[in-house]
Amino acid sequence: MGLFDRFKKGLEKSRTGLWGRLSGIFSRSRLDESAFEEMEEALLAADVGVDTSVWLVEQVRRLAREQRVDQPSELPRLLAQAMASAFEGLDSSMHLATSGPTVVLVVGVNGVGKTTTIAKLAHFYRRQGKQVLLAAGDTFRAAAIDQLLTWGQRVGCDVIRHRPGADAAAVLYDALQAAQARGADMVLCDTAGRLHNKAPLMAELSKMYKVAQRELPGAPHEVLLVVDGTTGQNALNQARTFREAVQVTGIAVTKLDGTAKGGVILPIVRELRIPVKWVGLGEKMDDLEPFDPAAFSQAICEP
Amino acid sequence: MLEGLSSSLQKALGRLRSKGKLTEEDVAAAMREIRLALLAADVNVKVVRDFVEKVRERAIGQEVQKSLTPGQQVVKIVYDELTSLMGGSQERLRMAAKPPTVVMLVGLQGAGKTTTAAKLALSFRRHQHRPLLVAADVYRPAAIQQLKVLGEQIEVPVFELGTQADPVRIARDSLQEAGRQGADVVILDTAGRLHIDEALMDELARMRDAVEPQEILLVVDAMTGQDAVNVAQSFHERLGLTGVILTKLDGDTRGGAALSIRAVTGCPIKFVGTGEKVEPLEPFHPDRLASRILGMGDVLSLIERAQQAVDEEKARDLEARLRRNEFTLEDFREMLGQVRNMGPLDQLLRLIPGVQRIKGIENIDWDDKRFRRIEAIILSMTPEERAHPELMNASRRRRVAQGSGVTVREVNQVLNQFDQMRQMMKRLGGLGRFAGRRSAMQAMKALGGGLPGGLPGGLPGLGPDLGSLPGGAGGSGGRRHHKKKKRR
Repeated sequence: MGLFDRFKKGLEKSRTGLWGRLSGIFSRSRLDESAFEEMEEALLAADVGVDTSVWLVEQVRRLAREQRVDQPSELPRLLAQAMASAFEGLDSSMHLATSGPTVVLVVGVNGVGKTTTIAKLAHFYRRQGKQVLLAAGDTFRAAAIDQLLTWGQRVGCDVIRHRPGADAAAVLYDALQAAQARGADMVLCDTAGRLHNKAPLMAELSKMYKVAQRELPGAPHEVLLVVDGTTGQNALNQARTFREAVQVTGIAVTKLDGTAKGGVILPIVRELRIPVKWVGLGEKMDDLEPFDPAAFSQAICEP
Repeated sequence: MLEGLSSSLQKALGRLRSKGKLTEEDVAAAMREIRLALLAADVNVKVVRDFVEKVRERAIGQEVQKSLTPGQQVVKIVYDELTSLMGGSQERLRMAAKPPTVVMLVGLQGAGKTTTAAKLALSFRRHQHRPLLVAADVYRPAAIQQLKVLGEQIEVPVFELGTQADPVRIARDSLQEAGRQGADVVILDTAGRLHIDEALMDELARMRDAVEPQEILLVVDAMTGQDAVNVAQSFHERLGLTGVILTKLDGDTRGGAALSIRAVTGCPIKFVGTGEKVEPLEPFHPDRLASRILGMGDVLSLIERAQQAVDEEKARDLEARLRRNEFTLEDFREMLGQVRNMGPLDQLLRLIPGVQRIKGIENIDWDDKRFRRIEAIILSMTPEERAHPELMNASRRRRVAQGSGVTVREVNQVLNQFDQMRQMMKRLGGLGRFAGRRSAMQAMKALGGGLPGGLPGGLPGLGPDLGSLPGGAGGSGGRRHHKKKKRR
């Protein structure tokens, strides 16, 4: 199955959801004001949020005027175009180290799927023949280390860990040392889930960031914020606050295999200009896909 | 972002000077704001539509109460409707006539089921029950281990059959185990699953049939967006939910999903969870969540936290000393400690209505560090100095600054503001008479409210960082804050 097909299949539910609502509009005979209103409502129902929904509808309206479109059936194409313009100028590819290990810090609030995403990432890079090292930086949640260990075994990579309650920055430090000593290609570092409004925990994150910076020039090469695709507008607050503590370089949006549409990544991308890099589409190890903005817009909008 | 529905409504309706009845025009202007506020709080689009329609009908033609502006009147109607939609009052758990009572927790991945299971067990234990936790999540790596660790922390036994066992069998066997141990409540922690996963949903239904639980509670992340409706509906249709537990309702989460779920399934929200530390679940208060969704703050929760954190006896003692004007730096230190016990400052602040509307508030670092610094300064003084701050001459101040690792300026600041506070107390000398019964709270309130600018702005040492507020540093920033509050 091609990449695009897998992506499309994962988003099937999302697509039918939004499409189901939109198709009613698109099959009308005339393009009038109520069509735009319904489009706005459909976007709101996909968690796109008020501001960005209004903005998207405005873009579509402008495009329709410019291209002299009067058939509702043209709307999906225009909406896809408008969405794509939100992603414009953002690089979705992973930034890898030119030499030495690439360090990826994975952050996010509780329960978004950080550990699972790390496992999937590890699997992704293992398949490319890379040597991957996992760092059990979640020393807080009960059994988080065990969870990562289990994944490490399944994927086939070593896990650097300390005892529960240990300093997360120290775990990262050890992982970096080990990676250099063993000549590993990737270090994927787990972190404890934290609600973004807890100052001390955010400070801990900054510390981890600084340790990586100090120990390895250019590190961390990526800081991925994991966002639960079922989250509503709070995801925007999450992205904002995490960005204040560490330099977030990309988003991994998870749990898009349900009926949630993950629309909240649109306001994050549009307002905060953080690129989406990965999409989680299931629970299996290979259910992680590099994000393709064009495919996303297209898959969501087109019948 | 939404800065509280009431303020945006007042802006929208500010121009209207209509006395008497709310006209259709007033209401139409208000409805757009309400719609936006609810959508920003992640209430489902369809639910919003119905709700706004209902409010519109109720609002048109209503008398505007004398004490209210039209905007406030509309907010009141919205608030009342929200509260009643969410069930009006608290709902309790159904207990089995013949123990054990079985509670089954279900939900999506990452909603917080395992943590919630432990919290629920702790709540039961606090009420003299003997709960048994059952680890029926055989899919997520280390989920069983997680429950075992949590169970150990709260001293509640955990039943497990490893990851190879069938969850239905685990559920069935757990009842026998409960009988053997004499447990009267069985809490089943099931694996997270997608509501559209046929096989796993079927597994839940079989588990339900095997143990016939009194309660099947859907655990929902309060941050869930529009999809909450689909999820709740699917689980409800398949299993017949008896209630909902809302998790991660910390900080800036608005929790609009709760409203959607209630509206669509009719299931009551029974508990609310905050934080990952294992603490008992809080009962759900519809009126408080209504304020929260509308961005109106949550004063009741604040008061409740104060009551839990403040040591009643110490507070009474403090109050007596206040009355005799014997308040010392030592007392002050204790008071700060009690405030700190109530939880992280930034969280407390968000519970106060209007605070979110203060310009620049989001930039202030409400770290508890400054509290600790004040504490360090006071601890560097001799007992005598603490009792008689007037002893503090230049050389003593230098010594204290050195001892606590701060500058003399900071020491001065603490002393000055403590002095101001004492002056204030003197003027409020009579307060003790009113503070008779509920002494703890009254003393807290008197202290907080009596300081210039109320609690946050008025505490010494918090001053410098308030520089970003209009009005400059320290006390003046605090006073600003006070004015803002009054203007509401």
